[in-house]
Amino acid sequence: MHNDSTTHSALIAWIPLLPLLGFLVNGLWYALFQTKRGSKKASSAVTGVIATLAIGGAFAVSVMLFLTLKAMPEEQRALQQNLFTWMRVGTLQVDMAFTLDTLSTLFTLVITGVGTLIHIYSIGYMSHDATPGKFFAYLNLFCFAMLMLVLGSSLPILFLGWEGVGLCSYLLIGYWYTDMDKASAGKKAFIVNRIGDLGFLLGMFMIYTVFNTLDFSGIQAGMPAAVSNPGALTLIALLLFVGCMGKSAQIPLFVWLPDAMAGPTPVSALIHAATMVTSGIYMIARLNFIYSASPSALHVVAVVGALTAFFAATIAVVQTDIKKILAYSTVSQLGYMFLGCGVGAYSAGVFHVITHAFFKALLFLGAGSVIHGMHEEQNILKMGGLKSKMPVTFAVFGIGWLAICGIPPFSGFFSKDEILWQAYASAHGSPLLYGLAALTAAMTAFYMTRLFSLTFLGKPRFAEQPSYSNVHAIAKHGIDDHGHGDHGSESKKGVHESPAVMTGPLIALAILSAVGGLIGIPHASWLDEWLKPVIHTGHVLREGVAPTTEWVLMGVSVTLAAVAIAFAMGLYRDLKRAESLALKHPALHKLLVNKWYVDELYEALFVKPIYALSVGLWNGFDIAVIDRVVNGFGRVSLWTGQAARMAQTGSIQMYAFMILAGLVASVGYLIYGLV
Amino acid sequence: MPDSWIVLSLCSVIFFIGLFGVLVRRNVLILMMCIELMLNAVNLTFVAYARQLGDLSGQMAVFFIITVAAAEAAVGLGLVVALYRTLRTVDTDDIRLLRG
Repeated sequence: MHNDSTTHSALIAWIPLLPLLGFLVNGLWYALFQTKRGSKKASSAVTGVIATLAIGGAFAVSVMLFLTLKAMPEEQRALQQNLFTWMRVGTLQVDMAFTLDTLSTLFTLVITGVGTLIHIYSIGYMSHDATPGKFFAYLNLFCFAMLMLVLGSSLPILFLGWEGVGLCSYLLIGYWYTDMDKASAGKKAFIVNRIGDLGFLLGMFMIYTVFNTLDFSGIQAGMPAAVSNPGALTLIALLLFVGCMGKSAQIPLFVWLPDAMAGPTPVSALIHAATMVTSGIYMIARLNFIYSASPSALHVVAVVGALTAFFAATIAVVQTDIKKILAYSTVSQLGYMFLGCGVGAYSAGVFHVITHAFFKALLFLGAGSVIHGMHEEQNILKMGGLKSKMPVTFAVFGIGWLAICGIPPFSGFFSKDEILWQAYASAHGSPLLYGLAALTAAMTAFYMTRLFSLTFLGKPRFAEQPSYSNVHAIAKHGIDDHGHGDHGSESKKGVHESPAVMTGPLIALAILSAVGGLIGIPHASWLDEWLKPVIHTGHVLREGVAPTTEWVLMGVSVTLAAVAIAFAMGLYRDLKRAESLALKHPALHKLLVNKWYVDELYEALFVKPIYALSVGLWNGFDIAVIDRVVNGFGRVSLWTGQAARMAQTGSIQMYAFMILAGLVASVGYLIYGLV
Repeated sequence: MPDSWIVLSLCSVIFFIGLFGVLVRRNVLILMMCIELMLNAVNLTFVAYARQLGDLSGQMAVFFIITVAAAEAAVGLGLVVALYRTLRTVDTDDIRLLRG
């Protein structure tokens, strides 16, 4: 048995290594052979298959190790692998070591599983792209970084992955970097993340001062001694949470995530569902013992989570870009997860990470399919009636929609309801948090129904346009009678269903979204049991909460969702009526359309002053002081040179005289010294 | 022995004639002749002291100097020829290519 688990331990490193290999193969192939002007670019089929095999292999290893863990006795469910000592400075030793326990195995399954589906989908989605080799290399690198993050057995390894996903998000969001807006969206993501990372780093330093180690096991072992210092623990928890705010897009650092829509849609799916944004939840779940020891930090997490959930939902209600709506819904759902963690229900947070990964990947890829079929149209006001034209996308998107709205028995219902119940009933919860979360749930159902209805139901609101094949035909023949002559049959091809390579992953994700909730059925939750070795805290109910309230609340949330769906369905059957509602409250509508002016506020508070300061320093210090000093050195040399050149007369007799004078002077000095 | 001052005075006179020539004359050929004069003044000094002190290494030095001076004269004359070919002059007042 021992021998067996050692051989399995040796497999852990392959989970991140395979995507890294995929990155190296695609990346080097691209960098060495495809970057020269005029050289032929590899097709998305070849590079995509390489990348998919890499991540698919990692998925296979993950599944194998998951089964290994499952076969082990409950208390021993953890595999370790130590590759090498990364650094040793004084008492600090950081090993390149991986730990696969019940928590990280869930994350590896989600990351590699959903990641594989996204990779397959990308083969179709990126088929028209100019540089698919680069794209798939980045995708693999992204998965590698995320896997390092969840597998690392100490904070520095986690931080390595933490920074890695930040880098990859920058690379992928700004993937179409020739577009200035997209390039700056990438920069924004990177910079906002850096602010959070600073908090994370400080938290890490604090942990080292308090615990004298950065290993998770060491920190946990040091907890009994550290509890005597609650202030330090609270500070650590809050600083680490600042890191989560950046990475997982919470108030006040959520601004990068909606802009991250600038990247290709599969990237959005990867960032929002499988990787990156879930890392904050992972870290809190991983360090749950620290958070549990600090009720005030937990409270901050819960309040920020609930506020973010509510706040983002209000913005999502009025957006018209299909990806923006989904982006704000991600921010909102992440708020839920933090609310779950913040009330001490870490497993509920992790549960929502998993179900959210399924349905959000589904929704994003579905949206990608819609955008692909609509020829890069993203405005839902210009869609409508896609039900008949994209039947598969319609069906799977419908499942994702019901899942995120929290309609039983779809996956979102179970995880969201668990969080709602815990927000109300947990020892750290309160009716206020519950109220905010329930209101958000209703709004979620409302705006998702709006999105669904405006996209798929009703009558088409887009101008019929010639299909791709028509455009090609026109270009080829140079005559447009083909395109305009017989409208009826041709234009229907304009909007088309996506190819099987894209709908396949959608169907798989739809199935997962539909049944994924079954791992966390209330009171019979497999997930709670599974996570017990990592998350010890049992669910303690607040005083005065009757256990039966759970069923009442469940009924309330389902009713809320159903009412919101029905309301939105009715409202958006007629777009004009919906618009008149917006006109009735112009101020509120404007506030929401402009996203509460948060970007403008940050612009005024941070960007402008920093810009002004930079310009001031540039003019007042760089040009006025540094440039002058540097130029001064140049000028002094010039003057000296000009003075010295007088000595060079070019007359050989003068030189000879100088030599003589020098000789006489030196001989005189040697004989008489300095008189 | 007491006569040596005559020889040494002669040597220094010749040396300073040469040095004076180097400093005041403008013709490169004459400059070279003056340098030759200085070298040979030194040679004479060497020989005088070698005789006075009965040490042959002075004579040895003279042979070296004569050899090197011959080589120097060859190179120097070559330079003068080259100078004349390019600049059409051997007057040092006209040759000031090194002026800064």
